[in-house]
Amino acid sequence: MTNNSHDVERFQDPGLPAHVHRNADVDPKAEKRAERQVSILFFLSVLGTLLTIGSYVGIKSDKFVYLPIMGETNLQQLLLGLGLTATTLFIGLGAIQWAKKLMPDQEIVAERHEFRSAESDREDLVATFREGAASSGIGRRKLIKFSLASALGLVGLTPILLLRDAGPLPHEELDTTDWRAGTRLLLDPAGTPIKASDLEVGAVAQVLPELPVGTERTLENTGKDAVLLIRLRPEDFNLDAERLSWTHEGIIAFSKICTHMGCAVALYEQQTHHLLCPCHQSTFDVTRAAKVIFGPAARPLPQLAIDVNADGYLVAKQPFTVPIGPSFWERNSSNG
Amino acid sequence: MKTSQKFAGSTANYVDERTGAAAWVKKNLTKVFPDHWSFMLGEICLYSFIILLLTGTFLTFWFDPSQRDVVYHGSYLPLSGIHMSAAYDSTLHLSFDVRGGLLMRQIHHWAALIFMSAIVAHLFRVFFTGAFRKPREFNWLIGIGLLTFGIVEGFLGYSLPDDLLSGTGIRIAEAILQAIPVVGSYLAFFAFGGPFPGTAFIPRIFIVHVLLLPGLFLALITIHLMLVWYQKHTQYPGPGRTEKNVVGYPMLPVYMAKAGGFFFVVFGVTAFLGAVASINPIWLYGPYTPGQISAGSQPDWYMGWLDGLVRMSPPLETHAFGHTISWNILIPGLIIPGILFTGMALYPFIESWITGDKREHHLLDRPRNAPNRTALGVTAITFILISLANGGNDIIATHFHLTINGIMWFTRIGLIVVPPIAFVITKRICLSLQRADRDLVLHGRETGRLVMMPNGEMIEVHEPLSDAQKWTLTQHQQPDALPAPLPASALVGVKGKIRARLNRAHMTQVPAPTLTELKELEAGGHH
Repeated sequence: MTNNSHDVERFQDPGLPAHVHRNADVDPKAEKRAERQVSILFFLSVLGTLLTIGSYVGIKSDKFVYLPIMGETNLQQLLLGLGLTATTLFIGLGAIQWAKKLMPDQEIVAERHEFRSAESDREDLVATFREGAASSGIGRRKLIKFSLASALGLVGLTPILLLRDAGPLPHEELDTTDWRAGTRLLLDPAGTPIKASDLEVGAVAQVLPELPVGTERTLENTGKDAVLLIRLRPEDFNLDAERLSWTHEGIIAFSKICTHMGCAVALYEQQTHHLLCPCHQSTFDVTRAAKVIFGPAARPLPQLAIDVNADGYLVAKQPFTVPIGPSFWERNSSNG
Repeated sequence: MKTSQKFAGSTANYVDERTGAAAWVKKNLTKVFPDHWSFMLGEICLYSFIILLLTGTFLTFWFDPSQRDVVYHGSYLPLSGIHMSAAYDSTLHLSFDVRGGLLMRQIHHWAALIFMSAIVAHLFRVFFTGAFRKPREFNWLIGIGLLTFGIVEGFLGYSLPDDLLSGTGIRIAEAILQAIPVVGSYLAFFAFGGPFPGTAFIPRIFIVHVLLLPGLFLALITIHLMLVWYQKHTQYPGPGRTEKNVVGYPMLPVYMAKAGGFFFVVFGVTAFLGAVASINPIWLYGPYTPGQISAGSQPDWYMGWLDGLVRMSPPLETHAFGHTISWNILIPGLIIPGILFTGMALYPFIESWITGDKREHHLLDRPRNAPNRTALGVTAITFILISLANGGNDIIATHFHLTINGIMWFTRIGLIVVPPIAFVITKRICLSLQRADRDLVLHGRETGRLVMMPNGEMIEVHEPLSDAQKWTLTQHQQPDALPAPLPASALVGVKGKIRARLNRAHMTQVPAPTLTELKELEAGGHH
């Protein structure tokens, strides 16, 4: 397959093709025309800047116009953009036109140099290194070598140590939520307690736990406490006795935080009783305690046991029995 | 002498007497750059980076990287009175109450997409033409670094406004951190300053986005360009172009005008996109809260393939000894991208090990003349594209009335089956193209003109190629078997056998036609 054999003649490199003159090189008229073209392009850039200035001072910032395809568009932002487009684009086109039409277009040849240093330089370098190392005595002075190595090795510890205070340790934070036995379910975002009768069959509501008086709700609370309430006909459930006792008159509650990567599982399909996470399409069957029926999630959404209190408001019967949200190393998943 | 010339002369004199730069500058102003459209891809990377620095600086004058809770009172009425972070509030302010603010945000986002696209296109060009070969391996590694940091930088950038969509992206990033065995929850708590979302993350990624990574980019791009300059650019094969020379236009004035002009063209095109094409309209998503989400959540395209891998992952978790390991996150989110990027970074060294080729290469390969490499590249691209398709599975499902289930199984199986098929087909196509080249050289170009011979036979007239074309199509090196003087130990054992096998695969080639063959054909009454 190789062409090393001497009696085979390969094609020869004919060398650089002869230079062909352009119109503008030989025809003064064409040259003038090219010069004009370049100048017009540069001049259009000047107009672009004028358009930018004009729209900056002359157009109200809240003026919207309706344009086909683009829809409602802020006129000032649009014209500023088009002005900037003209300002920059025409400088570029002018310069390129200039280079292509008027600047010398004869390709030139430069030789490459070899990167490898001369053998003597390479030997000198090695010798210099050896001499340097020898004169420092690093090879002989074992104690210095050892102590320097340990010193340098430990330098990296300081920045790691100093970053320790970037955040607290997780402790039990990932295992717990603000749901306690008897915590009332508050509608989000209204913040009002909810009764079973407020929820029609087929309805969905997002609820958050009532926090102790004086505690302000943060996004960290919402991030672990968000719960979805769904009301089905009780006969639609396909639950074991314990899980069925966690529901109330067909109302079932699940953590809204996906067990895969923590997105809000917000899409409820009323006909099929499926909950879908829009991030990675993990799908949970509400009738079977949010069992995963599709997608990358490996665990069902934790179910919150609910009940009603003496005033008829929905409350949590107990805290979540498993950590909510995505997995983490310390998570004990032996009971779900 | 004109005044302007006198001024330039005295300035040059002033600088040279203090730096002695004249000799160096003179030499470099006449530096030769070969011309080809595909060499502009790298330029686009550089220019969009400059656009990113300029527009990004503008944005920092108004953007407030804080997750402090504020109530919105700006001119976008639908969100009036709503609680949000100062980051989101200031992004709304930039979009509605700063003249040109929305424009700059949109140019910045478009420039980021162009930056990443140009990096990937540049990477393809370098890979398929073999430009990464000795002596350019360092620049290949720097390029892989820039691509990796670019993905991170882009993700951090679109996370800054703290809107509902980007907050969801951060939530996913937190879950990936949290999934790392042993140290995951600690890493997540350190990164976020406590439980998710906290108030520390946006200020922290802000400084990474505007200082740390741009500084790193500047340093890497500088070394990248210095190496290009010092090693001189590669060139495509052609008449007069050899491994020992470089043929092209001088830096001054032609290349300076073309490259400088091209910067303004890239700026103009990006500005046009920013002016007319709405991108990331964060006011439609609302402020981030962990309890809400918008349907059709999509990352930017360069993250999309990762998201697609995560989406198609089987629900695998290990529960043992009171610990949980999420393979459904680790494999698609960390392990597969890790393997891909490591493989990509090591490829120049792997190929040189396979071929035993330690020579310098300055003439580029035509992709068809390196069938194995081209096929491997297409295989990797196919893998990424299938992942990317699944990253948009919800959008594809709604647009084309398909089920997400169907798309997932199609891409799950496709991810394993299609890339090898792509490899075989690409290799075949490359070899066919080599045969076509061979025919062209030996038989000339089909002209489509039919001639009737005196005996009534119809033949098509073939026009011979020019000498330059013949040379371009036959100049490439025929790949060699591993050189004989290789120590015998290099080809024995499992490693040696693998190497020999890969070497054979790499050698597959249609022999380039020779002048001898052409003469023989012509002597034999060839028309």
